[in-house]
Amino acid sequence: MATPAGPLDYTRRLWVRLMLLVVFVFLYAPIATLIAFSFNDSRRNIVWNGFTLKYYEKAMANDGLIEAFANSLTIALVSTAVSIVLGALVAVLLWRFRFPGRTGYEGAMALPIVIPEICMGVSMLAFFSRIGWPSDLIWPFNLSAIIIAHVSFSFPFVAVVVRARLEGFNRELAEAAQDLGATEWQVFRDVMIPFLRPGLVAGGMLAFTLSLDDFVITFFTSGPNTVTFPVKVYSMVRFSVTPEVNAASTVLIVVTVVMTAAALWMQHRAGVKAEEAAG
Amino acid sequence: MSAGEESGAPIIEPPIIEIAGLSKHYGPIAAVDDVDLTIRRGEFFALLGPSGCGKTTLLRMLAGLELPTGGSVRIDGQDMSMVPANRRPVNMVFQSYAVFPHMSVLDNVAYGLKVDGVARREAYRRAEEALELVKLGGYGPRRPDQLSGGQRQRVALARALVKRPKVLLLDEPLSALDAKLREQMRFELVNLQESVGITFVVVTHDQDEALSMASRIAVMDHGKVQQIAPPAELYEFPRTKFVADFIGSVNLIEGRVEASDAGLIRMTAPALQVPVEIEQETGMPVGATGWLALRPEKVDISSEPPADAGRNTVAGTVEEITYLGDVSIFHVRLTADQPLLKVTIANLDRVTRRPFTWGDSVYLSWTPTCGVVLAQ
Repeated sequence: MATPAGPLDYTRRLWVRLMLLVVFVFLYAPIATLIAFSFNDSRRNIVWNGFTLKYYEKAMANDGLIEAFANSLTIALVSTAVSIVLGALVAVLLWRFRFPGRTGYEGAMALPIVIPEICMGVSMLAFFSRIGWPSDLIWPFNLSAIIIAHVSFSFPFVAVVVRARLEGFNRELAEAAQDLGATEWQVFRDVMIPFLRPGLVAGGMLAFTLSLDDFVITFFTSGPNTVTFPVKVYSMVRFSVTPEVNAASTVLIVVTVVMTAAALWMQHRAGVKAEEAAG
Repeated sequence: MSAGEESGAPIIEPPIIEIAGLSKHYGPIAAVDDVDLTIRRGEFFALLGPSGCGKTTLLRMLAGLELPTGGSVRIDGQDMSMVPANRRPVNMVFQSYAVFPHMSVLDNVAYGLKVDGVARREAYRRAEEALELVKLGGYGPRRPDQLSGGQRQRVALARALVKRPKVLLLDEPLSALDAKLREQMRFELVNLQESVGITFVVVTHDQDEALSMASRIAVMDHGKVQQIAPPAELYEFPRTKFVADFIGSVNLIEGRVEASDAGLIRMTAPALQVPVEIEQETGMPVGATGWLALRPEKVDISSEPPADAGRNTVAGTVEEITYLGDVSIFHVRLTADQPLLKVTIANLDRVTRRPFTWGDSVYLSWTPTCGVVLAQ
């Protein structure tokens, strides 16, 4: 006979299992359907007509969609690079120095994480039009407004991740390097950066995925010539949800999931290493 | 013990470290307060004191990791007071060892040479040599997380020694090791110091460590140096109550100086029934308050009054006995309302019966050369 369920054996209770099932269905059924129907040989997303890859081909042949995808990748790469540098510097600044208003600064730095995206979008739009930021530059400089907007909301994520990692930093490591003859810059390059690498990678992944699938803020800061992938998908959906949109969305889902999984794995590995070092 | 200097012996070499009026203030708090100190070439010097006494801050000022708020540090005749750590001819072994976790053992040891611009091959060759020196030959390719605590410490030692510093600074080098290894490392550090001939300055809160390793010890308390002396002198001739109490175990008995002449001090104390006589060179003003510092192992305990009874002999009863294996400590009550006097007896034989037991009347006696009378 099975032993009765203990107080914490939630997964052995029928109603909890049912609840879990319902939650998973609601969360993942739409995504699974989206992916499945991207392979559906039908113009409409209602009945299954057989497997095909033609909507992937069609999506590939859609110049507007490809251009939007290229824009998104460019924006994501550039804004991630800038966010990593800026976020790491902010984190080191907050960790290394004591100055008046430090706590306030730390709070203000993290503000873009909590401010509603729609407010960020509106304020960005108002800001760029107020200062007359040029919007008719050649590619990729026409993306500059979007890149700046993306950096402003993604660098705090890098800073928070790096800051958390710095808490575990043994200052004697930096002092030892200095004692052995290293200059401030050499200490930073040879000791701090290697220590922070997992944090930088994880923060960067976060910034990359945030930038890649951001819609709201991008929508407010993009012009007719600077359409990104999510904005393009939105405009396609306004007419009808074709399997082509499904195919494009599937590609985006795969890219985002892979990136996030990599970031999580990096952090996990850093945690395991830190535990080994402590033990 | 300044006899050597007074006799006019020529000073062959200038001291390696000269500290004059050195202070470090954090706001109103003085971590190090007006310290004067000279450390001679080739010494194994220990800075000893309780935690928070400023010994680590002093060491960090020698390393250049803290800058003084007053006074000066001269290393090998050059003023280094404001020179940053990376440009000082000293290296340090940190309490946590601070072995770089992302580098191999060999890269750790070679790091200091590489940042100095030593060619790669030469740096690795010298790093291998340094690893041999600390008995870690062949460990070069390992990662620090594959090493034990003791091995990591050796890496830290090799990493500091490979730069051939004028002074090696060690911050609580043995505190993170287990007891057995700690004792073994004491000998190894002393041997290492003798073989490389570099001046070692070690910070420790462990008196056994300082007494067993150092050629001279500076005892610190509240940012000030209390006494600088070789281990035996520190133990037998403490200059202050703090030093007497901090080094080893001691009975401190407050009293009044009755007479002080011809190298003999006569003192009365409420805790003792008879006046005590102590031979010591430094006299004290008559009528002054003095503290008799009496080491527990220097007091004789007997059931009958000794032959020359009367002089430095008191009677009491055994109140407590602490068995420690090698010695037993007898706590003897001399006078009501006064602290107990500690007496240790070596357990020389494997006896099952103690010579004395609780409640026994005993006589305690000591010779005039056994104690020290301290003014403060």
